[in-house]
Amino acid sequence: MLFPLTGGGSTRALDGISLTIQPGEFVSLIGPSGCGKSTLLRIVGDLIRPTSGHVEVNGKTAQQARLDRDYGMVFQAPVLFDWRTVEANVRLPLEVMRTQRGERDRRVREMIELVELGGFLRHYPHQLSGGMQQRVAIARALALQPALLLMDEPFGALDEMTRERLNTEVLRIWTQTRTTVIFVTHSIPEAVFLSTRVVVMSARPGRFTNIVEIDLPQPRTDQTRESERYFELVTEVRESLRGRRGDTSDARLRAEGPAG
Amino acid sequence: MTAAVHRSSQTTGSTVVNWLSRYGPPAIVFLGVIVIWELVAAGSGRRVIPPPSAIADALLANADMLRRSTLATFYEAVGGLVIGTAAGVAVAFGSARWVTARALLLPVGIAASAVPIIALAPILNNWFGVLNPLSKMMMAALLVFFPVMINVTRGLVEVQPASLELMRSYAAGEVDVLRKVRIPNMLPFFFTALKIGTTLSFIGALVGEYFGGTSEVLGRIVLTAMSGGRFDLAWAGILIGSIAAIVAYLVVSLVERMVLRGRFGARTE
Repeated sequence: MLFPLTGGGSTRALDGISLTIQPGEFVSLIGPSGCGKSTLLRIVGDLIRPTSGHVEVNGKTAQQARLDRDYGMVFQAPVLFDWRTVEANVRLPLEVMRTQRGERDRRVREMIELVELGGFLRHYPHQLSGGMQQRVAIARALALQPALLLMDEPFGALDEMTRERLNTEVLRIWTQTRTTVIFVTHSIPEAVFLSTRVVVMSARPGRFTNIVEIDLPQPRTDQTRESERYFELVTEVRESLRGRRGDTSDARLRAEGPAG
Repeated sequence: MTAAVHRSSQTTGSTVVNWLSRYGPPAIVFLGVIVIWELVAAGSGRRVIPPPSAIADALLANADMLRRSTLATFYEAVGGLVIGTAAGVAVAFGSARWVTARALLLPVGIAASAVPIIALAPILNNWFGVLNPLSKMMMAALLVFFPVMINVTRGLVEVQPASLELMRSYAAGEVDVLRKVRIPNMLPFFFTALKIGTTLSFIGALVGEYFGGTSEVLGRIVLTAMSGGRFDLAWAGILIGSIAAIVAYLVVSLVERMVLRGRFGARTE
């Protein structure tokens, strides 16, 4: 997958941004509020159009990728339909895609098993906890077997314990489905724990300040969170966010610096 | 295990308690009013406000005529409800689909619902024929139209922006967005409007009747009874009209409950 990406425009929300993501990567975008990380994700997903610059997904434009249903999206709010059961919510994208009934039901079950909500098929969203609702949203995003999973602060509204549990779960799902993930977050530990690369952004206009390669071994477990390397990487990302580049870094800087 | 058994027995117990605490007090108030009414009206105010027992007598003595009149009025009200709802829903879909239509129609609709539309009753009687039940239906329909149109439009338009983005990410067409997001989102709004409309349709039908028409309808029964000094019969007519409206309202509520089945938890909690 080729993924060069340049954004910019009259408001200069994003500037001088270029990034290539390999298939199967897990890339996090991290930065202060207003740095345009969500905007960038929305441009990739073709929810908004940049005034200049372009996105390429598997050789296609963002729009074509969206029309081909290459994207699975998870937002900060689960955005479940309260009139649909868990099962029917996960089925929604497959209904839109006119997937054959048998295949559809099989895939819905599979995705719900994947997020371990097998016992809640007939529950309505309001009967689930926030963490469970977000797992339904993930199952729904994965149901269309996306080439690229876009996650916009999916666990931002959850408590720390639930968030850590879901992080482990996301990694398991990522390993099982081999999908490529772009993950927007505010949380440094979350970004380091999940990613193969962390892209650090700064605000006004949004630009990349550092790209940190996360060389923690896979599979990552609760022990990973206590390893020395993990703390080093957390420190490096934190210092990049402050504007200092960590000198222990072996990150290859691929983003262009300030363009203006 | 024991905890589960204990809890289930507690819920059956508490259902009865819940039911009593919900319907008990209003029932007691209602019965109290009837008793006090009976006692007070037995004295001097006998003619203008007859005691409940006299109304019950009038009801039984004129049962056959009242039954026919109630059915006639019910027919007008429900006919008006159907016409007004159908028109309101149709216009709402149009105004939800086309922004220009919405910009034109919604302010008019909101302004019109503040106008005493009842004032049109004599004109509608004249237009659609004073003896034709359609003239009463149209009065009812006109009252029903505006709340249905306004609410259904809101239900179709006021959709979570994120759910539209979600559908966009699926490359969903406009028809899918309508069927899977807008219409389900609109249904609670629709039923709220339909319940308001049910009450309004009876008001519309009765007011239409007051301005003339066939004699065996509730509005005429009440009027002629009053002018003949038969307050007991007038009250019987009012009572039975109220009951008819309440029955229609309960039917709508029941349908609402069935259609919005799974969502009820979310809305009452």
